[in-house]
Amino acid sequence: MSEVKLLTENYNLYYGDFHALKNINIKAYKHTVTAFIGPSGCGKSTLLRVFNRMNELIDNVRTEGVAIVDGVNLNDRSQSVEELRKKVGMVFQKPNPFPISIFENVAYGLKVNGIRDKEFIRHRVETSLMKAALWDEVKNKLSANAFELSGGQQQRLCIARALAIEPSILLMDEPASALDPISTAKIEELIHELKKNYTIIIVTHNMQQAARVSDYTAFFYLGELIEWNDTSTIFTNPSNIQTQHYITGRFG
Amino acid sequence: MTHLDTEIQQLKESLLEMWSLVLKQCYKSEKAIERFDKDLAREILANEKRVDAFELKINMDCERILALFNPVANDLRFVLSVLRINAELERVGDYARTLAKVIKDVSGAFKAKEIADVNLVAMSGIASNMLQSAYNAFEQENIELLRPIFKHDEELDRMNKNALSVIARLIKEKPEEAENLLELLLAVQRIERMGDQAKAIAEEIVFYLEAKVIRHQKNKDRLI
Repeated sequence: MSEVKLLTENYNLYYGDFHALKNINIKAYKHTVTAFIGPSGCGKSTLLRVFNRMNELIDNVRTEGVAIVDGVNLNDRSQSVEELRKKVGMVFQKPNPFPISIFENVAYGLKVNGIRDKEFIRHRVETSLMKAALWDEVKNKLSANAFELSGGQQQRLCIARALAIEPSILLMDEPASALDPISTAKIEELIHELKKNYTIIIVTHNMQQAARVSDYTAFFYLGELIEWNDTSTIFTNPSNIQTQHYITGRFG
Repeated sequence: MTHLDTEIQQLKESLLEMWSLVLKQCYKSEKAIERFDKDLAREILANEKRVDAFELKINMDCERILALFNPVANDLRFVLSVLRINAELERVGDYARTLAKVIKDVSGAFKAKEIADVNLVAMSGIASNMLQSAYNAFEQENIELLRPIFKHDEELDRMNKNALSVIARLIKEKPEEAENLLELLLAVQRIERMGDQAKAIAEEIVFYLEAKVIRHQKNKDRLI
């Protein structure tokens, strides 16, 4: 079994009195894609946000248990959130490019981290756009405003922006839900390529997308991890009847 | 009931309809052998086209469900099982047709003693019962009903071996009847194959109901 990149042990999260994550024990292995599935409100996006400490921005959040990213215990507050986020890139549901040029969008993270070497930045922007399968479409208009790109291109730009700081983990929260089928296919193909070098967690409501892109699938319901297994087992012979009802569309 | 539920229910009904037709073909072939009834044999041959038409329709229905509904888990296993059971039933239909052709084309009648010596009618009855048990198990989604099928398959294999040695002996004793005896041998072998198809169908039902693959394994009745 390959190296564990992400891990939770008996992890609980509360929004005030609301128990949003209940005793979650899960792992994500290096260079694999893990899909989080489950109905709205089941806790999958909350768990995703645990891994880059985004939940700390929310008032009244309380946690118990252990979450480990790349060997670092997130309870260890001597580790800065900035360092963590260099390792953990995030892509959101709706593309959220900055209202600046395509080039500056990708270079942004590098500059924020104090990198000033123009040649280094130019090279990193180019390789990031290549990794995000966007380079050929934008190489002749890098100074154009990012808002001129299509929705699918904007989402790949956001992926390039996340890759520019060379994280080892990518968190994707419904990255293709706002995209047309062709852009969705490109993002899925990209995920398949990126897993050679990155560990990816993807939250999705699209069962077929989870089946197509992931190596492991975790099904959540009402804050509990109901079943976690390799994707082919989940989609051919789930061991839990709730999982079966959800993936076959008979839930609730 | 979801749209997919409705499609799956209709697919199940179509398969059971085809299955009933194939079972009738088997029972008729049993009677045709017993009575050496050439009219009944012609009826079996005429109905074979219906079995083939069912096979094509069910294949198309499975393709359509796979393409349009992307079934997973138990739904996926159901459609895959139906695809394979459909093919097995079509083969059973072919064997019933071969038996009918033997009855229709053979120059003289098989002698009652020869039929009794090779246990032809009993073999045919066992094969039909196996197929009926599989039908009941599939219809009721009851895996317990499959258990006797594997024992019956072993019994058919033993009867087949015995029939082969009986026919070999008869050919030596009555070389002038070799042609008819070879036709009898063909009938025995087809009935034995019917049992094999029924066993393969039972394995598919286990896959559908329990997600277990028991093909190519021994002591199958203990695996379910």
